[in-house]
Amino acid sequence: MTSDEAKAQLDERVREMMTWHFSDETGCPFWLDWKKEAGWDPREEVKSYDDIVKFPHFQDEWLRDEKNERFVPNAYKGRPFNVFETGGTTGLPKQRVGWEDYKHDYEQFSEQLSDEFFPKGGNWIMVGPTGPRRLRLAVEHLANVRGGSCYHVDLDPRWVKKLIGRKELDQVERYQAHVMAQAVEIIKHRDISCIFTTPRLLASIGERISISDHGIKGCFCGGTSMTPEYVRFLQEEVLENKAQFVPTYGNTLMGLAVSIPEELPENNYSVTYYAPQPRAVLRIVDADKTEITKDYGEYGRVELTTLTHEFFMPRFLERDEAIRRKPHAKYAWDGVGDVRPFGALTKKVIEGVY
Amino acid sequence: MSAPHIPILRQGKPYISLDVQTVNQLGTDDPAAEISFACADMIKYDLHKMGDAREALKKFSCEELVDITKRAGEIFLNDDLSIGVKGDLQSPEDYVLSLAATSGLPHSLIRMNMQRLGGIFGQIDDIFQGLTRGLDWSVLDKGYGEQGGAPVSFSPTTDELAVILPSNSPAVNALWIPAIAMKVPVLLKPGREEPWTPWRIIQAFIKAGCPAEAFNLYPTQHDGSGAIIRRAGRVMLFGDDSTVKQYENDPRIEVHGTGYSKFVIGEDEIENWEQYVDSMVESVSANSGRSCICTSTIVVPKYGDEIAHAISKRLAEIKPLAQDDPAAKLSGFANPQFAEWINEAVEEGLQSDGSRDITSEYREGERFEERGGMNYLQPTIIRVDSFDEPLALREFLFPFASVVECPQADVLDHVGYSLVLTAVTKDVDWINQLFDCPEIERLNVGNVPTNRISWNQPHEGNLFEFLYTRRSFAFAESA
Repeated sequence: MTSDEAKAQLDERVREMMTWHFSDETGCPFWLDWKKEAGWDPREEVKSYDDIVKFPHFQDEWLRDEKNERFVPNAYKGRPFNVFETGGTTGLPKQRVGWEDYKHDYEQFSEQLSDEFFPKGGNWIMVGPTGPRRLRLAVEHLANVRGGSCYHVDLDPRWVKKLIGRKELDQVERYQAHVMAQAVEIIKHRDISCIFTTPRLLASIGERISISDHGIKGCFCGGTSMTPEYVRFLQEEVLENKAQFVPTYGNTLMGLAVSIPEELPENNYSVTYYAPQPRAVLRIVDADKTEITKDYGEYGRVELTTLTHEFFMPRFLERDEAIRRKPHAKYAWDGVGDVRPFGALTKKVIEGVY
Repeated sequence: MSAPHIPILRQGKPYISLDVQTVNQLGTDDPAAEISFACADMIKYDLHKMGDAREALKKFSCEELVDITKRAGEIFLNDDLSIGVKGDLQSPEDYVLSLAATSGLPHSLIRMNMQRLGGIFGQIDDIFQGLTRGLDWSVLDKGYGEQGGAPVSFSPTTDELAVILPSNSPAVNALWIPAIAMKVPVLLKPGREEPWTPWRIIQAFIKAGCPAEAFNLYPTQHDGSGAIIRRAGRVMLFGDDSTVKQYENDPRIEVHGTGYSKFVIGEDEIENWEQYVDSMVESVSANSGRSCICTSTIVVPKYGDEIAHAISKRLAEIKPLAQDDPAAKLSGFANPQFAEWINEAVEEGLQSDGSRDITSEYREGERFEERGGMNYLQPTIIRVDSFDEPLALREFLFPFASVVECPQADVLDHVGYSLVLTAVTKDVDWINQLFDCPEIERLNVGNVPTNRISWNQPHEGNLFEFLYTRRSFAFAESA
């Protein structure tokens, strides 16, 4: 696919989603009411992705303050939905409803994985936040799609954040050790080829056992930002250059942006992520004038637009910043590189807790 | 020489990180060094392997390591040594210039500190004897032996001595140098502006024949320091009272905190106070007042005003000068905000009616001065009416002291903790009381400046007792 073809595909997707989400038969109460109040019809005015700036930024508080039923498209009325949570260290968490999106996202992701490092039929272990998170079902679905089963070890990041907030770092280490002990036992005693976990937990497991010597060939990682040096450390020292490290960038609201693990060494371990276009689009914007897209090579805030039949979310400003990178032969649209917490250079952010 | 790249050293092996930070020459945009930064998890991983580093040191006898340390001292002072990763060499003069460029220290102070460090290397056998109370070195080689006719055995408490080094005082490296002769590898986290001294000491040791595996250097961020503090077997760090409090119950951690060192004159000697002005000036201003062994409070039974004025007159002669001026004794601040904060704290204390800045009558300009893009705090003597004044028992990173009058009989009720206390007196009863006081770490009796210490008597913690623990043992006769 060329960049022009990718753009045409995305524009077509935008028009399709405008029709879907802003038509009475298929749209959800939230967006239909929004259209009435806004006084304009996106079906008429948003004809391409460039027009998406006509929408204001989606506020994730809406996902906490509005009832979940208001986000159910009329086309899905009456179908029970999954509820996936994000954030929520204190108070009511933000929630997103869904049906099949996570399956589509992870099936698409599965096609990007190498069979050499993520062998078909191999079992998985997921070490990280499960509970009400989309990841819990998604990783298991990924394992199943690839013909394997998935073991789980839970970690509650909300509790870890509270501990860090209270500066109870000893408790953080003890809790991490508790999680690690469970993970190590499973890895030692079950046939496991693939792992999903967060960078910190991966390093922590590697401190206790040789991950590759225990049969793990591939590691799919996500959850927090990683510096190139940290990515290199994980690949070269934690995985001993024997298992493949596949960093991803994603969340409950987007799905999964993928990287190109084979090219990490030649790129000095600077990771570039490509959104699952056209289902979701990442744009690097000027933090002060968000309608402006930054130039290639420049840092800017990450803006996410999600365009699925289940969920429409225009121009959500992530709490991250990244470098705008050029399209790749494999992914013919912009990438986002060296993601880090927004304002990381000017303020202290509790991030990467697990 | 272009700005060198200071790599991470992992058991002596250079590692060039992708996380590279540039340290500029102060007051310019010109780079002085590029520094590889280590991530916290790398340090955690490496800590698991420190047993290998210790094994490398154990192949040498203590006597051999003492000889190596002595040779390293000569090399540190005189030789051109490797710097960075491109094969460049650093002469002793290059070292002075590099450290001055990033730390703000005057060349004269750096040379003084170099000599002081050289002295540590050179006196290593005395230091070893002092710290171990005369232990035969072979006891550490064999693990057991005799001391004073009694059987003794010592085992190491750790595979590494970790030190979180500050940026403002190269002499603190003296604290870890003896660890090598004690067969304990070091893991050093340099201050951001001061990789130069630990790097040069390490290179000197290696050139002298010490196994490179014994040296680990990790420039790192806050989380890396946290990993070192939480994980290393023994940790030395520098901090204020809150840091001391935080780790007071952790036997792994030795915090070198605020010194609150004092110069006290007894009632029997106070009429001779003019004879002690030189000592008081040196005690307050040596090493630009940055050491914890510098006097921060002067206690006298009378003549407080006269003494404050006499010292102020002398201290006012210490002015900000060009770094390469041989007469320069005052250090600038690498972080200008630091100087501002300290000055604000002094000004806040002076809001009290019972505190007066005596030096302001003698010094040129303000306490806080800028010169050539560098920020300085000029020496300051505060005359306080009592120990209740907020500045009476404060210590700052520049030549600063309060002068307070107090009857001799009440001195011990007020002075509190003192890393060093000089008592100018011949009053035997009072001297005995001072020796009995557990809050005085080092006691100088007579006219000895507080900054003059002897390394064979630890003034703050005993490195040998920190790194080794005594065990009882027995061999069956058949053994």
